[in-house]
This record gives sequence, structure tokens and C-alpha cells, in this order.
Amino acid sequence: MNKDKLILRTRFIERASHWVMVLCFLAVALSGLSWFFPSLNGLNAVFGTPQLARILHPFFGVVVFLLLAFLFVRFVKYNLPEREDLAWFRNVRQVLAGEHEPALQIGKYNAGQKILFWGIMGLISVLLVSGVVIWRPYFAPWFSIPSIRIGLLVHAIAGICLILLIIGHAYLAFWVKGSIRGMVTGYVSRSWAKTHHDRWYRQISNKQSGSGKQQ
Amino acid sequence: MSMQSQDIIKRSATNVLTPAPRARDHQAEVAKLIDVSICIGCKACQVACNEWNDLRDEVGHNVGVYDNPADLSAETWTLMRFDEVEDESGKLEWLIRKDGCMHCADPGCLKACPQPGAIIQYANGIVDFQSDHCIGCGYCIAGCPFDVPRISKKDNKAYKCTLCVDRVSVGQEPACVKTCPTGAINFGSKQDMLHQASERVTELQGRGFAGAGIYDPQGVGGTHVVYVLQHADKPHLYHKLPTDPRISSAIHGWKGWLKPVAAVAFFATLAGTLFHYVGVGPNEVEEADEKHEEDTHA
Repeated sequence: MNKDKLILRTRFIERASHWVMVLCFLAVALSGLSWFFPSLNGLNAVFGTPQLARILHPFFGVVVFLLLAFLFVRFVKYNLPEREDLAWFRNVRQVLAGEHEPALQIGKYNAGQKILFWGIMGLISVLLVSGVVIWRPYFAPWFSIPSIRIGLLVHAIAGICLILLIIGHAYLAFWVKGSIRGMVTGYVSRSWAKTHHDRWYRQISNKQSGSGKQQ
Repeated sequence: MSMQSQDIIKRSATNVLTPAPRARDHQAEVAKLIDVSICIGCKACQVACNEWNDLRDEVGHNVGVYDNPADLSAETWTLMRFDEVEDESGKLEWLIRKDGCMHCADPGCLKACPQPGAIIQYANGIVDFQSDHCIGCGYCIAGCPFDVPRISKKDNKAYKCTLCVDRVSVGQEPACVKTCPTGAINFGSKQDMLHQASERVTELQGRGFAGAGIYDPQGVGGTHVVYVLQHADKPHLYHKLPTDPRISSAIHGWKGWLKPVAAVAFFATLAGTLFHYVGVGPNEVEEADEKHEEDTHA
């Protein structure tokens, strides 16, 4: 891999956090689904036994939250809403059709990715709070039974929404070729960057021609 | 559960397409009738329960009332609740209610339980926890409208009154019924118990207890533990016995409409991605661009 022709998009610590989180999230999501859809109860085998799954699910969930909190700190500055995001919304049809014209002044993340970012961060926070309320044997005894009932309902809804968002996220990464390599190796090709994130590409190029340093 | 009863009419977290063994379901529904107006609060039923079920709760502390221990626990499945109530004329009444699982016809614990077969309901109406399947999530506690199940700190599993299912299945009455020295607790078919209860209610009403009545709340489909109350119009007097117990709407939503809605959302999302991919095709960067970029930056 000739890194001179590539652009570093995601640093090692971010990639490592992302993929550890993916593994934890898979286990937490599958065990969660095993309780939400009882006919899929076998999915809790991801943690060995139903009893172990019940014990480990919340701890792994907290790991997912902590890793997401770290990634939030790393990525939030690229995910703030900007005026240029409006162009993406206006052309969302072309974006979904896979058309690369016209250039949409897209920064490091496009508007859809930003929505995903805030959706994931919001939902994991809701899952953390509602999860603490229903977490036995440690925290649930501190809460009233009516609040635990609300916690169970909210936790289920937020969990379903998050899994749906993640399915969308994983699909879009699979659809836009080169994205997964960006999260695995950290590098994307110059043409990938220019095509999908034209404004970010220009910023990187300007910085490189100025200082010769990659970001 | 080594002995197979094959009369399980409801099984937690089990699809209706795959019911539990239920070929032998022609049994009569049973009920335990607790006549609060006869109870003297001797706690013999509590002791009998502990004896028969081999339960030895920790010796507690006097908390200023007769309730001892202070609450139901994983090792106290039935408990006398003592309430001192003053009526309008200032007369003191000592209301004593034997608390424990009501064995609802529509059990909230069973509805909430996520583990297949951890809670079952027999054809005779008894709701039983199968502790070896329990995962300790405590959803049964949230599902119960009567605040009955308790999780053990020893093994992280939920426990409650079994209505002495082991005794009933061999033709005996529950231990508390057998022990009660005043005849305040009776056991038999639900029909017989309701008949006996209505006769007692008539008698109480004739003696001036105008509000006397049967507590067999229909919001949970009726219960297999039935009370005769001197003040059935005010059940909350009896240690906050709920007036109209129902499975919470949050539990109904979570175990009801949310499941099909979520299933549709999953299928729609997966179908959407599938059709998008085979319809639009992979989103690839133009070969020419790639070549051009490599040329200019080489």
C-alpha cells in the first residue's frame, strides 16, 4: 500500500475503538433481540448461556457507551451542522441514486452521516439511562416499579431504533465502496475523498501543500 | 421439573405456534379463599409456608408494627400485613391481610418474562416460577400489579408463592390452608370458593358490613387467590391492595404493539437495503478518476 496516494481518514485509536465497539455492540444487540423477540431467544447464546447473557449484556453495553463517548469527543467537531449540509438535503435523491454530480461541498462527513452520528449518540445515552434504571441487581432496587416499567419500554424502543440505525450505517458503508477500507486501514484513496467529501478533500490538499502533513 | 404435568396453558416467552405440553388441560380451576374477616393474624400460615417449602428467612428487626418480616422476600412467600384503620365514627379496626401471589388468570409476571418457560401457568390456574430457567432480569417484578416477586440475593433468581403446586398436584391443599386454625383460609375449585365467599359476604352484610365483598379483580382476568373483605369497596385499606389491578400499559405496549411494529421496521429496513443495492448497484469511484488522481499525485 503506497500511502503517498492515500489520505489518512481515521486514526488508529479511533479505528481500534470503532471495531472493539462493533464486537461489543453485536453481542449486546443480539442478546437484546433475544429478549425482545422471545422466538429468537437462541441469540443470547452469543454470551454462552441465558443467565450469563443477562449478567453480561449491561456491562458490554456500558463498554459500547464509553467507546462511543470517546468517539464523540474525537468526531464531534466534524459533525456540527453547517450551511453546506443543506445542499446534501436538497440533492438527497441523487445521493441515494449513487450519482456523484453535482459536487455538494461535503466536509469530512455528509449531512446523513451527521444525522447518524447524533442519532447514535442520543440513543446510546437513552439506553444508558434507561438501562441503569432496569439493571438488576445493582441499580433497579433504587427505582420505583412504575419507573422501571417506563425504563423497560424506553430501553426496548431505543434499542430497536439504534439497531435499525446501525443496520443503515453498515449498509451504507458496504454500498459506498472504499468506506470500509477507510475504517479498517484508516486510509482512503484521493479520488474517493474527492468524490464523496469534496470540501474535506480540498481542505486536506491545501493543508498538505502548505505543510506537507497529513490529517 | 422432573415430573411432567403436561397441562401448561401459558408459558413465558413462548410463541403461540409452539405451545407447551397441554394435552391434559381438563382440570377444574382452583382457588385459595382468604376470609380476612375471620383471620386473627396468628401467622401460622407463614410458619407452615416456611416449613413446607423449606424456607428460613433471616431473623429481622421489629419495625414498630406486627408485620414480621417487614416485607415479602425470596424466602418469605406469604406475609401477614397488619393495618390499623379508624372508621368515620372513630372506631378502630385491625385489618389483617395475608399477602402473597394472587395467581392471576392473566399474569403480568408471565407476560413480562423474557425467558422461555421460566414462568408457566397450569390448567388449574396456578402460576409457577421454574427457577432453573430464571435469568434474574426482574421483569416479573415490573410485570406484577401486586408487587409480589422477589429476586434472591443468594442465587439471583425470582421467587414467590407456588400455591403449593407440589401438594395440589397430588390432591392436597396448600400448607397455609391446612394449618390455618380459624378456617380463614380455604381451598377448592374456584367455583366452590366463590360460592362459599358469596355466602360469607351475605352474612357480613347482614351484620352491618355494607361494603363487604369478594376481591377477585377482573382487570387481571380474576385471580386464583380470592379475598373476602369487610370493606371490598376500599381494598386500599388492606395494605394498599389495588382497587383495580391491571397489567401496566407500559408492559402492554412493550410486550404488545411494539413487537410487531419493530418486526415490520426490521423487515422494511433489510428489504430497503437489499433492493437499494440490487437496484442502484455499488457506489464506486470512477475508474478514470482513480487513474487521473494517481497520475497527478504520483
